Formats: sequence, C-alpha cells, structure tokens
Amino acid sequence: MIELRDITIRSGPFSLTNVGLSIPEGTYAVLMGGTGQGKTTILEAICGLRTVTSGRVLLNGSDITRWKPGDRGVGYVPQDLALFPMMTVRGHLEFALRVRHCSKILMRDRVAELAHVLGIESLLTRRVTNLSGGEAQRVALGRALSFRPRVLLLDEPLNALDEATRDRLCELLRSVQKQSGLTTLHITHSRVEARALAEKLFVLESGQLCEQPLASLNTPLAGSTES
Amino acid sequence: MSTRPSEPAGVSPRTATGSVDVRGLTPSGSPGMAHRAGSDVPFFVVMGGLGGSFVLLIVAMLAADLAFTSPKHFVAALRKPEIQYAIQLTLITCTISALLSICVATPLGYLLSRFSFRGRWLIDTLIDIPVVLPPLVIGLSLLILFHLPLGDTNLEPPDDTNLEKLIQQLLGALIRFWNNWIPFAQCRWRPRITYAEPAVVLAQFSVACAFAVQTMRVTFDQIDARAEQVAMTLGCRRSQAFLQIALPQAWRGIIAALTIAWARSLGEFGPILVFAGATRMRTEVLSTTVFLELSVGQLEAAVAVSLLMVLAAMAVLGVVRLVGTKVIR
Repeated sequence: MIELRDITIRSGPFSLTNVGLSIPEGTYAVLMGGTGQGKTTILEAICGLRTVTSGRVLLNGSDITRWKPGDRGVGYVPQDLALFPMMTVRGHLEFALRVRHCSKILMRDRVAELAHVLGIESLLTRRVTNLSGGEAQRVALGRALSFRPRVLLLDEPLNALDEATRDRLCELLRSVQKQSGLTTLHITHSRVEARALAEKLFVLESGQLCEQPLASLNTPLAGSTES
Repeated sequence: MSTRPSEPAGVSPRTATGSVDVRGLTPSGSPGMAHRAGSDVPFFVVMGGLGGSFVLLIVAMLAADLAFTSPKHFVAALRKPEIQYAIQLTLITCTISALLSICVATPLGYLLSRFSFRGRWLIDTLIDIPVVLPPLVIGLSLLILFHLPLGDTNLEPPDDTNLEKLIQQLLGALIRFWNNWIPFAQCRWRPRITYAEPAVVLAQFSVACAFAVQTMRVTFDQIDARAEQVAMTLGCRRSQAFLQIALPQAWRGIIAALTIAWARSLGEFGPILVFAGATRMRTEVLSTTVFLELSVGQLEAAVAVSLLMVLAAMAVLGVVRLVGTKVIR
C-alpha cells in the first residue's frame, strides 16, 4: 500500500502543497496530468530521491518519510531508464541482489526467472548501450523487480516506443503485476495505456491530486493523449 | 571550398513536380530580389590564416630547435649523469604527483559536480587559484607555508617550530616504528621536504591537481546522476553508487586527468626552483636542467633536453587523443 499524507515538496520555484494519495495493496494505479505538474516529483518523493518538506510517506503502513532510498524497498523505473552503461543485462538484474549479498545460486535462479518472464534471456550477456527501446524497458523493469520490491513505481515507461512494442509491454506489465501482486504506480500521458492497465486513476492538475473514476478515461483529460 | 547556388540568378525556383511556377510567391523568386550568396573563399582565408599562424609558430619553434641541435648533441646530453638523474627524477616525481592529483581530484570533482552547498563558489575559486597564479608565487607560498614559525614567536628563546619540522618529526617517528618492527627492510631515508625530492612532488602537485580537478569535474558533469540515484533506490549507499556506477563511467576522464596532471608536472619549473631548489643530482628535473644548462652557456644541451620534453609531452597528449576523451578543456 502506498500512502501520501499531506505532503509538501519545495524545489526552487516549484512546489506541491498538501498532496494526498492512497493506493491499496496490490492495486495498479495510474497517475496522469499535464507536463510540469509534478508527477515525477511525487514518484521521487516516494523513492526518497526528493526531500519532503512536510507530510508523511507510508509504505504498507510504515512511515518511510525520512528513510534512505535504499532502505525503502521501492522498485523504480525512471522516465529515461538510467541503465548502467558499463554493465551487461545480467549485471543489471544481479545488481540489487549483489548489494544485498545474496548467494550465487539465488542470484542465478532469480536472473533466470526474471529473464524468462521478461523475454530477455538472449540478451543477458549484452551491454545495454545497443539495446532497442523495448529491450531497454524490459531490462529497467527487470532491474526494478529483481529484489522483490514492496511497491513498483513506473515513470512513463512506455514512452517513445512503437505501438506494437507498447502493446506487448502493456501486456507484460499487466501480467507481471498480476503474478507478483505488487502495488504499482504508473505515470503516463496516454489514455490508451491507462485504460489497459489502471485499476485506480489519479489526476494531478494545478497542484491538486485527486482520484477520478476510470470512466473519465473515455473523455479527454488535461495533459493526456489518445495514443 | 566555395559553394555555388544550385540555380543561376534570375531563374525561378520550381516545385517538386515542376508543373507550377511559383515566381512571385517567394522572396527569392521575385525578379527584383535575385541573390547570390557569393564565395566562401574569404571566410576560409581569414579564419585559416589567423588560426594557422599559431600552428605555424609552434612548428617553426620546433623546427628551429631541431635545426639547432644534432643527434650528436642529443646523445651527448643523454650521456651526462646529471641529465640521466634528472630524467629519472622527472619520471618518478611526475608519476607520483599525477597519481596524487587523481586521488584528490576524483573525490573533489565528484563532490563539486553532484552537490550544491553553501560556499561552493568559494571552493571553486580557491581551486582555480593555482591555475591563474604566477608559478613563482606558488613556490614562494609553499616555502613560506613550510617555514612559517608555528606558535608564539615572542617566547625567549624563540620557538622556531614550523610545518617542515613537524612533518620531519612525524615521519621520523614512523620510520623508527617501521625499522623496529620490520628489521629486514630498514628505511634509511632522512625525512626532509624543502630543497629535497618531496618538495619537487609537492610543487608539481600544487598546480597539476588544480587541472585534474577541473577535468574530473567536467567528467562527472557529463555523467548522468540519474543512474546513481536509481542505484540508491536499489539498495546502494552513496559510496557504493559512486564506486560501482559513477567511477566505472569516469575512466576516460580519469585517464585524461592523469595525463594532464602528468604533463603539467613535467612542465612545472617556477615552484620547483623556489621550493625545491635546483641542486644537481638532487632536485634537478628536466625543466630545471634546461635552466641550469642555459645558465652555464650549454645551449646545445638545453635544446636537446627541451626536445626530449617535447617528445614526452607529445607522447602524453597522444595517449589523451587515443583515449578519445571529450572532457579536456
């Protein structure tokens, strides 16, 4: 469960004031809103990459507002993916496990499992610099899922992909979330993506974050696209 | 080098199909505004002439050096024991100061690139001081730093403790400790900084490190901090994110900073002369050799050593080019 209670974030001239949000356990939530509204800032606040001025961030009931990013157990796929250029695909999937001093057998099994689920078995020995957009997305998703996070945060993960790849990845995201039961928060501009994935819909507009019925996806939202 | 318009002046442009005449619709199609951009030759002549004059100056200087000396002079200079010692000391001190510079410049460049904090501008300015200061002033400042009396100088007899003596005492104690515990590898070094080999390294380091910091900072500026942030969400401490994500990406910058620091150390003369002196077979490095040979009228030897330094500098710059880094200022 992800809960934001009256959080205020200030960063230079930008600020978000008294924002609240609650995503029940195992729910796939989609956050929409115009560019520059602060959607990524909210995700970063949940990750611990952005300091919250006031308010509280709760994950599965624990107050993690002052926790370090590494202690929160949040799987994060940023918009630009931020893959590690010097590592192979296998290195990405093993990274969080190595940090946790997992055994070699456990690492091998987990990497094999993830690679199978994500369909990247043939890429394991490749460096990430030459991957296609869809392949890179799968690697970033695998890296975020590798350590069995408590929640999954996706920042426009299907942007800049062709339609067929996007449909396949949408399907993959849905099946991964169903299998793992992970509480997921997914930022997107696309109503098609939101319709395909959302169990709960939040819209951030003019500094106000409010839940909207899924039916509202059939009418154009501010900052959304049909594609 | 010049470019010509694709159509002569006065001829109307055509559409892709060629069926519609657009004369009069676009400014260039108007009969009264026909235009030819003209030749680019003056551009290349002026730019190439101005830029080329500097290249020519360097080539002319090297050619003059080469014309002045001969292989015989070169070999004679290399056979001199003083010059052989200077070559050896130069290679050792340049390498030590370049390695020390990297050890300091990497963390400092990273901190300045990644974190904004109060007073950062002051640190930025301080780091650039060795770059802009006259080299002699750096040597003089080092000399004063190591010999400035510490404590109350009004005491009788005067308390003449200074940084040099403090370091000598500290190193002396360490050497005694080493010799007591490791009897089979006795250290016979009598620690001395000023007018000794460590002063050469320190004088080189004071300037070379400033250049290395600049290079490392640009290197880390060009590496996206996002990957380190993601690594932290995956369970890393900052130190792990730095060592496992940022540092492996910075290897080109590290090599560039290392070579720049090495080359700067090679060319250092003023601070070494003031702080380390120019004692033959003791604190003489190649730049000092040029000065010493000149001062005794041995112009051929001075030129031969200068050419040796040019070769070393070209080899170092060749490494940088080979690495293909884009972070050199």
